[in-house]
Amino acid sequence: MNLAAATNESLANTSNVLIYSSMAVYTLAFFAHIAEWVFGSRSKVGRTAAALTGAQAGAEGAGAGAGAAVQVRVAQQGGGTAVLDRPKIVTRAAAGSRDVPDGPGAAGGTFKGDLYGRIAISLTIVAFLVQAGGVVARAMSVQRAPWGNMYEFSITFSTVAVGTYLVLLALGKNVRWMGLLLVTTVLLDLGVATTLLYTASDQLVPALHSYWLWIHVSTAILCGAVFYIGAVATLLYLFRDSYEAKLAAGGKPGAFARSVLSRLPAAGSLDKFSYRINAAVFPLWTFTIIAGAIWAGDAWGRYWGWDPKEVWSFITWVAYASYLHARATAGWKGRKAAYLALLAFGCWLFNYYGVNIFVNGKHSYAGV
Amino acid sequence: MGKTKTNASGEHEEKGRDESAPELGAAGSQLSTAPREESAAALPAMGVIGWARWFWRQLTSMRVALILLFLLSLGAVPGSLIPQNSVDELKVQAFKEAHTTLTPIYEKLQFFDVYSSVWFSAIYILLFISLIGCIVPRTGQFIGQLRSRPPGAPKRLTRLPAYTTWRTEAEPEQVREAALATLRGRRFRAHVVGDAVAAEKGYLREAGNLLFHVSLIVMLVAFGYGQLFKSEGAKLIVEGDGFSNTLTQYDDFKSGSLFDYDGLAPFSFKLDDFVGTYERSGPQKGTARTFEARVTYEKGAYGKPRKTVIRVNEPLVVDGTKVYLNAHGYAPVVSVKDASGKEVYRNAVPLLPIDNNITSTGAIKVLDGYRDKSGKKTQLGFQAFFVPTFAGDGKGTMFSQFPAADMPVLALNAYHGYLGPDSGLAQNVYQLDKTKMKPFKDGENGDLKQRLAVGDTMKLPDGAASITFVGVEEWASFQISEQPASGWALGGSAAAIAGLAASLFIQRRRVWVRAVRGADGVTVVEMGGLGRSESARLSEELADLALTLHDRAPTAPDPAPTGSDGDAPDPDTDEGRPGGPGPDSVEESSEEPAEGAGK
Ligand code: HEM
Repeated sequence: MNLAAATNESLANTSNVLIYSSMAVYTLAFFAHIAEWVFGSRSKVGRTAAALTGAQAGAEGAGAGAGAAVQVRVAQQGGGTAVLDRPKIVTRAAAGSRDVPDGPGAAGGTFKGDLYGRIAISLTIVAFLVQAGGVVARAMSVQRAPWGNMYEFSITFSTVAVGTYLVLLALGKNVRWMGLLLVTTVLLDLGVATTLLYTASDQLVPALHSYWLWIHVSTAILCGAVFYIGAVATLLYLFRDSYEAKLAAGGKPGAFARSVLSRLPAAGSLDKFSYRINAAVFPLWTFTIIAGAIWAGDAWGRYWGWDPKEVWSFITWVAYASYLHARATAGWKGRKAAYLALLAFGCWLFNYYGVNIFVNGKHSYAGV
Repeated sequence: MGKTKTNASGEHEEKGRDESAPELGAAGSQLSTAPREESAAALPAMGVIGWARWFWRQLTSMRVALILLFLLSLGAVPGSLIPQNSVDELKVQAFKEAHTTLTPIYEKLQFFDVYSSVWFSAIYILLFISLIGCIVPRTGQFIGQLRSRPPGAPKRLTRLPAYTTWRTEAEPEQVREAALATLRGRRFRAHVVGDAVAAEKGYLREAGNLLFHVSLIVMLVAFGYGQLFKSEGAKLIVEGDGFSNTLTQYDDFKSGSLFDYDGLAPFSFKLDDFVGTYERSGPQKGTARTFEARVTYEKGAYGKPRKTVIRVNEPLVVDGTKVYLNAHGYAPVVSVKDASGKEVYRNAVPLLPIDNNITSTGAIKVLDGYRDKSGKKTQLGFQAFFVPTFAGDGKGTMFSQFPAADMPVLALNAYHGYLGPDSGLAQNVYQLDKTKMKPFKDGENGDLKQRLAVGDTMKLPDGAASITFVGVEEWASFQISEQPASGWALGGSAAAIAGLAASLFIQRRRVWVRAVRGADGVTVVEMGGLGRSESARLSEELADLALTLHDRAPTAPDPAPTGSDGDAPDPDTDEGRPGGPGPDSVEESSEEPAEGAGK
């Protein structure tokens, strides 16, 4: 064994160690998130207070968004007497929306909860960096893009999902509520990857030697990660929506709903968030499929051959198109559209796990 | 006070003029070209024409489009789970043998040819018609919208999703002029209607949406055309051999139903050399580093020979026909001599790889020329195993250790008898049909078999004959395919992405600026914004516009706290809801106007 090979082997080991370490840190983040939710549920007072400050913070946020000098006036009933030296924007929700304010977040406005929440996010950042290091080490050890098999695909996928979440956080988007769910599923994903899907770094068949591997697979992973975040939001939307509907109907939601769901953003916000996320990546997903077709044209001599992977990409695409269609025109909003979005993500998942495991096709060399 | 006013002005409450904002009347109409939902219950008047019209309206409605889309994805599912003739006929055969009860049902349902089945075609053809039936009127409508000007301001700008107002000492005309200039400077289409400036922007959203749907048609037509006129064949070529593009030369050939056999592009090529090198060590051991076929090709019947290299992702393209390098393997060269020592057979016999290290199997068939000891004509068959890199003596298995031909070993089992080429059944050249063959015996040790290195000879018993492993050639297999209209499909898909991006990321919105002299002689400026889909960006943009305009018409000193008369803003109860309108309340508001129609 020559020197280069030895380096490769040790890089592969480094990668494994990094992935396991990141799992350890994610586990800590998981417990910190749990603590956040637990402390957040303690104080009712804190929660109400948080609801109020939350509203205020929202108003400030809009002011920032509206341009430096323009402030948003919270319309004052009875007419304010303040001297207005700048125009102020009044916004108005469309008729028919439920108009419930966002929940205060996992910490419920408690100091301790918030502290643990911040710790959880810091830990998530650390874990993300470690995990990303693991992916890079893996890529260096195999001297190619780290997407040759399902193990590599899985570790890259969850890295990108966490990365997307952190980017949204850094952009000041209201996404902290998904921290716990995200960390939990990332742990699951890594657990499955390291135990069931692990493949020692191995060779690529010649068909995978192409720069289209970088383009097609990287966008596929990014789309999956973002679709995943959209699906989490959609799922929570469904829960939160029935909670709000129950409240509106004068019913009394269960203890879980009162403690957990009440702290989530309003159903309307979640719905809009998931729509934006899904709509934003849909063109990229379209591109991914077309890039795949171009690559297939180069590698196999036909750009479309109804291979199972191609079929399921197509099904996923049509499902998301139906979702956008439903929202854009058919008046199929709210819950019905949400079910469509979940179905579409289900198709994506099946394309990723199901097709690789259960169905044989030309793409199956990327399998377990 | 606000309430009374709203109720008094009846047209504001007018329902259903447009989904976007029922209360806004004309000002909110035509912000898109999306058709309104019609209720399914509206049954047609009697008569053929009535029914036809009803059917057409149903087909081109959004609801049916949605259902068809859904059916399309549902219909694609079975084809991914059941083997397809178009993908792998052998698998279909195997499936049919394994599932005798299901097969007739599946055949009835065309489940082995899902993507060309009647029902799948019906779905997409209906969708296709629906799409055209949808695009044509929408395009007309959109052109109409481009020709006309943005509608005038609604009576009460306070009802708009984003609103602002201030009082200024500038003249109303001045304010309107400044507003017109500002809006036009930002590429709004703007004009003055009555006391207000009406402006609109983001038409590209609609254009993008139409482009996207038109591109879908282009892609579909290009794909369909390609399917009907395509041809696709496979050919395995040993180094030194050639191929010319005629039907008879193919090992295997498939084509679309309208393909014209005389239309095969005339060209030929010869495989000069196949070069494969592999990573020698490390975790990547065995990965191909070079994998290329060096060929000489001639265009047309009398073209001049040209040399080129075909790699896996780099096909050779001749007149729209592409030649792809598919796979590669080894062809051991063997020589068979009869009892008299005369060479009766010499060939490079291609064997098929069964693993990544190119362990290969196949058959060597000596059909004529061989006579046994007694002079009787008979046929010889050898079952062949080949490894390019043998593990070494004593290390047992005939599995290759490495893909390169480092230590080639050929293992043979020898048979004699009748190979059965005339039986009428298609002969698989890689398999030995042993039904009429007898193994040669090797003394008491049972059947004759032997491992040969290059140069070794295996003697057949009774001094009958011998077979020598002379050397190793390589072969490459090529896929030769022609798929017309793929350029159209590519162009269509690029346009589809562009249109989609425009459709999803561009927001179509209207802004109105009203400037009127208030009762106290001071000008009241009001601005309102309306988007096709409300988003936080709308109020940001309005704020930005207001700020610019405010520089040209600054706020007048406030005379009295109660100065809101006439059309001045008086926040009615609608605006002062609990929770406070912040970005969150913008978020909560309806995303798409269609919601109104849902109720
Ligand atoms: C081949 C199948 C189709 C696909 C994949 C498809 C896809 C899409 C997508 C992804 C959107 C969302 C773009 C946006 O939100 O702006 C959209 C919008 C739309 N589609 Fe389709 N569509 C198809 C067929 C149709 C048909 C058959 C119709 C008419 C009956 C239609 C009419 C519309 C309309 C009116 C819009 C929204 C326009 C707007 O929001 O202003 N589409 N389509």
